Amino acid sequence: MIKKNSWVQIKKVILKPEERAHNLPEATKKVPLLMWVKGYLLEDANIKDIVTVKTVTGRFESGELIEVNPAYLHTYGKFIPEIQLVDKMVKSALFGDDYNG
Amino acid sequence: MDNSYLSVMSRKNQIMQKSVGINYDQYESDYLNFDYEAMLSEGNFTIEEIRKIQNDFGVGNTPLKECKNIAALARKVSKPGYGARIFIKDEALNDSGSFKARRASISCYQAKKLGFKGVIAATSGNYGAAVASQAAKHGLKCIIVQECYDSFGIGQPEIIEKARACEAYGAEVVQLSVGPELFYKFLLLLEETGYFNASLYTPYGIMGIESLGQEIIEDCKIKTGKLPDMVVCTNAGGGNLTGTARGIIKSTDKKIEIVGSSVNLYGLHMADDNDFNKKSFTTGHTGFGLPFIINPDRSDVPRSAARALRYIDRYVTVNQGEVFFITEALSVLEGIERGPAGNTSLAAAFCLAQELKEDQIIIVQETEYTSAGKHHQAQLSFARENGICIYFGDPSDEIPGKSIVFPKSVDLIKAKDLDLVSIRKKYLQNQFSKTKVLSNKDLIFLAEETNTDINFVTEEAKKYDIKVEDAK
Repeated sequence: MIKKNSWVQIKKVILKPEERAHNLPEATKKVPLLMWVKGYLLEDANIKDIVTVKTVTGRFESGELIEVNPAYLHTYGKFIPEIQLVDKMVKSALFGDDYNG
Repeated sequence: MDNSYLSVMSRKNQIMQKSVGINYDQYESDYLNFDYEAMLSEGNFTIEEIRKIQNDFGVGNTPLKECKNIAALARKVSKPGYGARIFIKDEALNDSGSFKARRASISCYQAKKLGFKGVIAATSGNYGAAVASQAAKHGLKCIIVQECYDSFGIGQPEIIEKARACEAYGAEVVQLSVGPELFYKFLLLLEETGYFNASLYTPYGIMGIESLGQEIIEDCKIKTGKLPDMVVCTNAGGGNLTGTARGIIKSTDKKIEIVGSSVNLYGLHMADDNDFNKKSFTTGHTGFGLPFIINPDRSDVPRSAARALRYIDRYVTVNQGEVFFITEALSVLEGIERGPAGNTSLAAAFCLAQELKEDQIIIVQETEYTSAGKHHQAQLSFARENGICIYFGDPSDEIPGKSIVFPKSVDLIKAKDLDLVSIRKKYLQNQFSKTKVLSNKDLIFLAEETNTDINFVTEEAKKYDIKVEDAK
C-alpha cells in the first residue's frame, strides 16, 4: 500500500490511436499518445491503481500509478572506448607521439 | 467544454491570444505582409533594458574564450597561413546552463509584469530549465511540456536530464510520448491554468538573445582589438541565429558573416515513434532547422519572431560523429567540458576556420552545460544500445539512425553547405501557397524575409502564377 501524500508518478493515455492527428508516420499512428506526470497522491493506493495526484503547481491529474518516489537514474552510460581514441588522435597531432601511447 | 483533439485545436487562436498578451492581428496587412520590426518592439524594451534585466537575474556577461589548441589543430590541416582564431562564448555559465536563459529571462519578466501567476513552455530542450530557473526567481509557477519517451516508455537520456533540471528549479514537468499532438496538451494546459505562454518564438524569446550578439562584439573588441569576421550559430528553430544577428547589427556597421549550423539528421522523421530514440541529438539538427527556416510560422505562436532566413549568410551541416569528436576535443584540448548539442557550431567552425586566414576571427556563440544524460558519453552509449554502429571513418558516410562516424583524421571534419537559394525558393513556395495575389508591400516583405530583392521575389512569383497588384 502506498500512503496518501506520497510523491508518485502516474501514466495516462491522453489520445487513443483513433483520436490522434491524421498526418502521422505509421509507427506513431498505431500507438496512443501517453503522458507521465508526478505529484502527491490524494488517497492510499497500490501500483497500477487509477489514482489522482496534485502536482507542484496545484493541478490535478488522474492516471495509472506507476512509481513511488520516482528517482533520477540516468547516467553517463557505458564506457565508449572510441572517445579515448579521439583523445589520443587530437593530443598526438598537437603535442607529439608521447600522447599516442 | 469539449476537450477532444479537434475541438481544442479549433480554439487554438483564442487560447494563444490570451496566453501571450500580444494581439498579433495588429501587425498583419495586405495578403502576406506583417510588420516584423513593430512586433519586435512589443513591450518597448531597449537592448540596454534587456541587459539590465538579464544582469539582475543571473543571465549574460558570459566569458568569451579563445580556443587556441583547437585552432592550432585546425591549422595542422589548413593551407599555410590559414586557420582563423576560434573563440567560444561560454553560455553554459548562465544560470540554468545555456543561452536559453536569455530568452527565458525576458519572457518571465514580462509574464510577471503582466500579472500572470505562472508560465508554460513546450520544450524538450535547455529552454525548459531556463524557464524554470527564471520562473523561480520571479516566484512564478512553471509547467514544462516535453516530448520525452517513445511509446515503450524509453526516454531519450538528454531529455530525461532536462526534466530533472526543470524539477530541480521547482517546475512541474508534463512528459509525453512522441507526436506533434504535444501542442494539444500544451493548449489544454494554457486553458486550464491561464498561465503565460513562454514560447521560444514570441518577440520576448528573440529580443533576449540580442544581448548575446552585442556582447560578442564588445568582448571581441576587448580581447582582440578587432571585430569578428564570422559568427557561427547552432540552428534549430531559428531564434538563436535571429537574435544574435539582430544584436550584432545593432552594435556594429561592419558586415559580419552569419553562419547557421545544424546536425545532419537527414532521413529521420521527427514525429516517428521508431526514429525517436535513434537520433543522438534532440536539438540543433536539420529536423528542426530546415522546416523552421522554410516555414517559421509553424511554431506555437501565430507569428514567429525567429526568422533565420532574414539574417543567415550561409547554412552548413555537420554530422553527429563530427560534433561528438569536437566535443571531446574541447574537453581534452581546452579543458572545457560542455554538452554536445551546443558544440554543433564549434564543429562547423573547426572546418570554416580553415577557409579564413590566421589573423581572422570566428566566434562560436554558445556552449551548453553537460551532465549525466546530456554528455556525449551518455548519448553514444545510448546509441550503441539502440543498435547504432559507431566507428572511425569518413563522417560523410554517416547514415543518421544507423551509424555515427568519427573522423579517422581531422581533415575529414567537413561542414557541408546547404543551398540557400533553393531554401529561399522553398520559403517563397510555402508563402505562395497562401495567396494568388501580392501587393507591393508583400513583395517588399518577402524580399526582406528572404534577404533578397524584389526582382528575385517577382521572378519566383511568376512561376506560381501569382499576380502582383499595380503600384498605388
